[in-house]
This record gives sequence, structure tokens and C-alpha cells, in this order.
Amino acid sequence: MSARAAARLRTLGFERVFRYTPGKMDWFASGLPREGTMAGHPRAGDAARRDVPTCQWRERLGDVARRVRAAGWDLCVVVDEEAVVLGLLEAAALDGDPTTVAEDAMRPGPTTFRPHLALEEVTEPLKRKEHVLITTSNGRLVGMLLRADAERHIGEIGKGAHTASR
Amino acid sequence: MATEIRREDVQALTTDGAQLVEVLPRQQYEQEHIAGALSIPLSRLEQEVGRLRRDRAVIVYCYDYQ
Repeated sequence: MSARAAARLRTLGFERVFRYTPGKMDWFASGLPREGTMAGHPRAGDAARRDVPTCQWRERLGDVARRVRAAGWDLCVVVDEEAVVLGLLEAAALDGDPTTVAEDAMRPGPTTFRPHLALEEVTEPLKRKEHVLITTSNGRLVGMLLRADAERHIGEIGKGAHTASR
Repeated sequence: MATEIRREDVQALTTDGAQLVEVLPRQQYEQEHIAGALSIPLSRLEQEVGRLRRDRAVIVYCYDYQ
């Protein structure tokens, strides 16, 4: 849609036209200021843990496990060079043969959700899982949403703690 | 063709006076938009283009890679 708008503006005589292609989802996912009637409502991207450990698909499990556990985590998101999610290494996988590369031990294609979703929309999948991954529409990792964090944020909505616009 | 830019470019250009325009339907804008952006839905572009200054850069955006 922005491509058509930009093209039309050029034909209407505007010379300096730019497209912010990643759009407002990218902006919101980065926690930058937003406005509007829903601006104060927490989104999946707001509650996601941005510090979830990541590793490259060619890294060895032994190195990954040491780093992940030193950071206090028990799982790791496998990404490519552009931070696109490839898979997930959970606790059992991290305990595997330390010489194995992440690619061979990961659970490929984990379900992901978009950062703009209202937290309530992620409630159902979080009943079945402890956590879900949050990614941009082009698959780049935003963070990991933990069930406990989602429940806490939703509880705060009930108390009116999220009513102010950001 | 319009130049594709990233978030950091948006911040720099708007600091320099660029006009930021959401081209999604008005209802989506009213719910949530980038702070400081104008709403000019694609379907209303011809009618509302007069709101934009031609001597300043224009940045258009929508939801994501659409």
C-alpha cells in the first residue's frame, strides 16, 4: 500500500518521497512513541523479553548451552545472519551432544506471533505453551513472550495501569 | 521509485522536517499510529494531498511490508 501511495505522490509532483517499508509494526516493536485510542494498550511486542538468547545455526551446542545458562535461560532461539528465526533449542536440546551444531538439534519452524497483537489475542496459545516467539512479518526476532509476563500485563490492564497513552 | 528507508532514517528525516504520513484507512490510524504522523488514506490521497507541503520530504508508511 505504501508503494502505491509513494508512486502516486511522485506523479502528483512530490520530489522527495520515501517509503518506511517495515511500517508502524516495526516502529511499535521498537517501543517508539505511538498515539491513538489503543496506544496505551499493551501488545505482545511490549511484553516480550528482548533479552532472550539467540545463536547462529552453525554454532555448537556446547558453546551455546554455556552462554545461555550463564545468562539465566534454559532455551535459545536459533537465527540466521539477519535475525530471522530458524528454530528453537529447548532445555533437552541444549543438553545434547555439545559438538552438534544448533541447526541439527533445534526444533524447526516454531510458531510465531506478531508484535502488534493485543495480549489477549495471545492468551489462547499461551494456555498450551509456557512461551511464544514474537517476530516481525518478515520473520525477524522481536523477543519471547512468557506466559507469566502476559498474565501479569493483562492483570495490570484490569487494574487500569495501562490506560495512559505512550 | 521512492527510496525505501528504515526506522533510523525516519527519525533523522522527521527531525529535519519531513512529513510522516500513514496511508492506511482512517480507522486504523485512529486506533494507533506513529506519534506525529498525519492520516491520509491511500483512497483519499488525491483529495487530501493539499495538506502536504511540496517543499518538504514525505515519508509514507502502512502496516508492515505490504
